[in-house]
Amino acid sequence: MTDQELETVAGNGLINRRHLLGLGLAGMGVAVANSALAADAGMRLEIPAWSKSPGPGASGYGGRSSYAGQFQRMAGNPNPIYPGGGASRSPLQHLQGTITPNGLHFERHHAGIPDIDPSRHKLVINGLVRQPLVFSYEDLLKYPMVSKIYFLECSGNSGALWGANGADAPDGTAQSIHGLVSCAEWTGIPLSTLLDEAGVDPQAQWISAVGADAASMGRSVPMDRAMDDVMVALYQNGEPVRPGQGYPMRLLVPGCEGNISVKWLTQIKLTRAASQFRDETSKYTDTQPDRLSRQFTLPMGTKSLITSPSGQMSLHRQGLYQINGIAWSGRGSIRRVEVSADGGQTWADALLDDQHAHKALARFRIPWQWTGGSAILQSRATDSQGNVQPTRTGLINEVGILGRYHFHGIQSWSVNSAGKVRNVFA
Amino acid sequence: MSSRNKLIGVIVAIALSHTSFFPLAQAQNVGLGTPISESQLADFDLIAGPDGNGLPVGSGTALQGKEVFEAQCAVCHALNGEGTSGNTVLVGGDMHSEGTPLRTVGSYWPYASTVFDFIRRAMPATAPKSLSDVEVYQVTAYVLYLNGIIDQYKVLNSETLAEIDMPNKDGFIDHSQAQ
Ligand code: HEC
Repeated sequence: MTDQELETVAGNGLINRRHLLGLGLAGMGVAVANSALAADAGMRLEIPAWSKSPGPGASGYGGRSSYAGQFQRMAGNPNPIYPGGGASRSPLQHLQGTITPNGLHFERHHAGIPDIDPSRHKLVINGLVRQPLVFSYEDLLKYPMVSKIYFLECSGNSGALWGANGADAPDGTAQSIHGLVSCAEWTGIPLSTLLDEAGVDPQAQWISAVGADAASMGRSVPMDRAMDDVMVALYQNGEPVRPGQGYPMRLLVPGCEGNISVKWLTQIKLTRAASQFRDETSKYTDTQPDRLSRQFTLPMGTKSLITSPSGQMSLHRQGLYQINGIAWSGRGSIRRVEVSADGGQTWADALLDDQHAHKALARFRIPWQWTGGSAILQSRATDSQGNVQPTRTGLINEVGILGRYHFHGIQSWSVNSAGKVRNVFA
Repeated sequence: MSSRNKLIGVIVAIALSHTSFFPLAQAQNVGLGTPISESQLADFDLIAGPDGNGLPVGSGTALQGKEVFEAQCAVCHALNGEGTSGNTVLVGGDMHSEGTPLRTVGSYWPYASTVFDFIRRAMPATAPKSLSDVEVYQVTAYVLYLNGIIDQYKVLNSETLAEIDMPNKDGFIDHSQAQ
């Protein structure tokens, strides 16, 4: 198949997504294979050494291939005045599909990870209820559970793209800029089940969720949301929730800013009004240009991100590439992702693996023919509510740059003629 | 909760350990939570709301809090709350200043209750929950005093704390019901 047969659908080399399927995919292979075959024309394939002697046997808990396991979360340096505080970011540009392995799920801790003995951990429900209750971990394991795939995103994710103080993150990677988003299958008890057992007083308008970490981190959740799809999660991708994710249990508020999914959950108190915790007043609030500040901006915005090619990668030769990335919305599922290779002048629809990934990551892909010129790669998501991801400038025009949190504008990766990819504000 | 519910829970637990299905009829009301009273939770429930609900007995002034602050807080927040590095500035700022406003307890926080609530649950960062309730009142008063919000003789207790008007009390919009 020749290049002419690939249908160009938008400027600067974007190819119809149908070429990712069937015949089209073979077409992509040709461009790459041509040079490879020419280089190794005399090659003979032989049986490799590992096929000639038995390897180690089964083990109790598996690890990664030593060839595949180089990538890590990116954690900041420990700070003695902020013991246990800080974050680690998922290596998005090295991951595929939509599920984040448990050891690579992003973290944000306010006072480190508590070492909780589940047999001594308690979950209390009190406040405006008929009967305050206390549950043990053992008790909770006996409740009917649901398993759902949900993303979690810190509301500070992508904050570098606000460009506060003139910083424009030229060395940024998908991980360093956007790595505070991850996605897992969470298994737990619908919170409404437990609240119903305590008996919700009709005056209760909010719940306050508190963790058992040293910061006793607290957040308020509106009652209607608490009774909707919120769960007390006990399992993450099939195994008990990892300590860094809240072992033995965390609140999981689907689609909403990560901080509200309180880890190490130990108390739910029903109240008339929000408790106005420090992390819903001082932090995680967005100051507008008029100097009023939005609080309780809970669902995360409609968002997408090209993870490959992305910042600090290099394209080594001209030819066909599979642009791919992730998209998500706190208000539903991603129905459409468009990709541009010319800085947003023209757009083409990417192939979405799943159009019904509700409050979960969706993977998108589109073929792209790089002919050695400069390009600006962008992606734009539309969700099931019709929300369209704004440009960076559009978002800033709407909400200003004093907000610090909830950035969900379009990411621009520039590719120069040497094939070097870097973050730009376009 | 009745002892019948407890029994159902136990039966279910045994069933679960031998089979992988959950009997649906019993799933409607597992009822394994143990009743507890609010007085039993007095030391456990640290939530101090903006209406003063949950503030404990005790009181303190900034005059008393100075000593606590200098001993327990200044190492990270500096002697007058001006901060050392990172997120540790506790004083100053003006929401209407040019450029990016410095957002602190004084310039940004809408409720004084949050100061008490946060210090009691999370500070000092190396030994959270090591202060007595009285010390928390004292040092809360001191942080408010450093911000010029109260004078050093003002007695903070469960009633007076919730009545304090913070400079930015009208500065927030509840966005929780936005679509
Ligand atoms: C070991 C260092 C350390 C000590 C000691 C310490 N703090 Fe802090 N404090 C911090 C850090 C770090 C933060 C920011 C925490 C975060 O952002 O999660 C903080 C945050 C705060 C805040 C919230 C600031 C804001 O604007 O959100 C208050 C109020 C506070 N501390 C008061 C105190 C008081 C009162 C004491 C003494 C009883 C104290 N701190 C002792 C390190 C310390």
